[in-house]
Amino acid sequence: MLFGGAAVWLVLSCGFGLAASMTFHQPALFADCAVGTYGRVYPAWSHLFVYGFAIPSGLGVGLWLLARLGRVELAKPFLIAVGAKLWHLGVLVGLVAILNGQTSGYEWFELPRYAAVLLFLAFVLMAIWAVVTYSQRRETALYPSQWFVLAALFWFPWIFSTAVLLLQFFPVRGVVQAAVAWWFAGNLLNVWLPLAGLAVTFYLLPKLTARSLQSHYLALFVFWTVLIFGSWTGIPLHAPLPAWMITLSSVATALMIVPALAIGAIVFLTTRGAPVTGGGGPLCYSKFGAAALVLATVIAALAACPAVARVTDFTWFTHGVTALRLYGFFAMTMFAAIYHILPQISGVTVSPQRIKLHFWLAMPGALLLALPLLGGGLAQGLKMMHAEVPFLDATKAAVMGFRLSTVGELLIAFGSLVLLVNIALVVASYYRVVAKTAYAAATMTPKAAEVKS
Amino acid sequence: MKSSSTVFLAAFLALSASWAGFVLVPQLQLGRVDQAKTVPTGDNYPLARAGLAAQGAAVYRSLGCVYCHSQQVGQDGVKVEVVLLDAGTNADNTLAAIRKVSAELGRPETFIGLPKKITEVADMNAADALLKAVSEAGGKIEANVVPTGPDISRGWGRRRTVAQDYVYDAVVQIGTRRAGPDLANVGTRRADPNWQLRHLYAPAAEIPGSTMPPYRFLFQERKLKFGQHSSPDAIPLVTAGKFLDVSKDTGPADREIVPTEQARVLVAYLLSLQADAPLFESPVTPPPAPVVTTNVVVAK
Repeated sequence: MLFGGAAVWLVLSCGFGLAASMTFHQPALFADCAVGTYGRVYPAWSHLFVYGFAIPSGLGVGLWLLARLGRVELAKPFLIAVGAKLWHLGVLVGLVAILNGQTSGYEWFELPRYAAVLLFLAFVLMAIWAVVTYSQRRETALYPSQWFVLAALFWFPWIFSTAVLLLQFFPVRGVVQAAVAWWFAGNLLNVWLPLAGLAVTFYLLPKLTARSLQSHYLALFVFWTVLIFGSWTGIPLHAPLPAWMITLSSVATALMIVPALAIGAIVFLTTRGAPVTGGGGPLCYSKFGAAALVLATVIAALAACPAVARVTDFTWFTHGVTALRLYGFFAMTMFAAIYHILPQISGVTVSPQRIKLHFWLAMPGALLLALPLLGGGLAQGLKMMHAEVPFLDATKAAVMGFRLSTVGELLIAFGSLVLLVNIALVVASYYRVVAKTAYAAATMTPKAAEVKS
Repeated sequence: MKSSSTVFLAAFLALSASWAGFVLVPQLQLGRVDQAKTVPTGDNYPLARAGLAAQGAAVYRSLGCVYCHSQQVGQDGVKVEVVLLDAGTNADNTLAAIRKVSAELGRPETFIGLPKKITEVADMNAADALLKAVSEAGGKIEANVVPTGPDISRGWGRRRTVAQDYVYDAVVQIGTRRAGPDLANVGTRRADPNWQLRHLYAPAAEIPGSTMPPYRFLFQERKLKFGQHSSPDAIPLVTAGKFLDVSKDTGPADREIVPTEQARVLVAYLLSLQADAPLFESPVTPPPAPVVTTNVVVAK
């Protein structure tokens, strides 16, 4: 349910992402259509990716992990399903509002407050039963993935409610709005997504390689450092905010290199010499995802140094890093989880060829989306720094990178379609089995009754 | 970690620390900032945006202009330009005074073509001696604080933007990307509303090669009957040929392009973007008003 909805939103978001980047190829494309203007299509993309795909899939995987690691059934699956439906409704309402021009105007938080309230309620509803599931666990020893899921469950309502209350219900004054919005975005992208994603990575890698996690202490170290450093990131170098905030945020972003290296060490030590090969399956997704997280975090840390940030701020570079984090790390990790979990909960196997096909679309797609943007952004920033170079030249320096990134986006979009097909087929054959059983049961009943009588 | 309470405690500590740091403290520090006085003129700054401009801010937000245009100007530092306005009645005396401070400047050429910038120094303190010497000798001299940096050189603003500039913005549109130029001072830079309207309608007509999408949906195209005059609020097509080239689908001159209410308020907002008042925390001295003529006797 969560996955299916998430996949639909992912495909839609890819569509909007493509439409948004088309504006840079052919500016006049949507000249007569307010809905298609870049300033609406781009936020529609980010809204659908983050709220439509990333959070529900992260939540779905988190629920499964809590149940699996606690060796219990989910508590109140019906209420959780209601929460999921409510969430998807909120995403839909937010999407319509954004396309209609009722955006809140804050990046990564575009949904208007009525949609935000829906999402908040839905999240809390699901989180409550997730925590109840956790407290009913029969396996008392905690596994690292559980820490990450629990912290993520705790994190989102806090940052989201802060953003909703201080930006939309009781708006703070002037630049404090920007501070709150950046704080929220930093926590969402640099804490929540890593928490939800790493929970999967640290579960799947040992599982799929049939080895133990190397090691729990390193995972604990990653947990603490992501929480402590990640929560202070997000404020750009040029912001018209007090210098102490900018400095603190740059330092925190640079220090994220510490958990990144630890994650790299965990992945390397856990999978080294494992007797299993990925073959384009969940293991490949998960490994690539972790590598992309390490890469994105290290690049972001380097770009946090003021000398570099002076060049890269305001360019496509920052977008490239975010794309690497969103598609390269988070989406890939979620795909790994989805392909691992779906057969287990439905009893239907997904064709390995189609999983492989998706991998070979999504993996190059993510790289092709992010890396050219990094290069193009650098070229753009270097020109932007020199006032004697006309501004338009600086903008056009990024064009080549941008074109390549559109190709990457196209690959990702095709990959997402494959994912949607995969999920749809699983769901269809699951329900076919369920229907058959039900049919058999229904046709059985009279006989049983006859026998009894 | 063995127990769930440790996990929650860890998350609580980390998040509450960052919440206090990046939400609470900025609110305490900046949440009550109000109008300030400009330096040295003492005007109130900023003023709340007037009606049309305030409506335009909502259009700006609704169209997502912020995804391509930032509204923040950065600066690397400042330099101080020392401008000699007048050598005074006794130019020889003034020259001698200057020579005592700086042998290099103490030459008769310094007095040619006043008023002019005679030197550039790093800060006010460095300019002090010169200011004192010249004014004591009866000359007129001033030192101007001039911010430096690529944004300033591009003409995007005279100084960096500071928290004070955004006090009355209901949704601050600071922005983080510059696919288009910074707009913090677009109202000063492009003060002609008709230019703004034409640019919104067909950006490439005003700025050749512009990558900005045209916003034709903010305009109405009306057909004119034979002999009918165009409406007073139709946008003047200064260079009609060039204009029509770009928007391929508009026909010959029997049509007029009329901005909608949305376009008009958006332009009112754009024109209201002027973050250049000299403030205490971001000083900038206005360049001296051009003096028509001064006849200075060049000392020999």
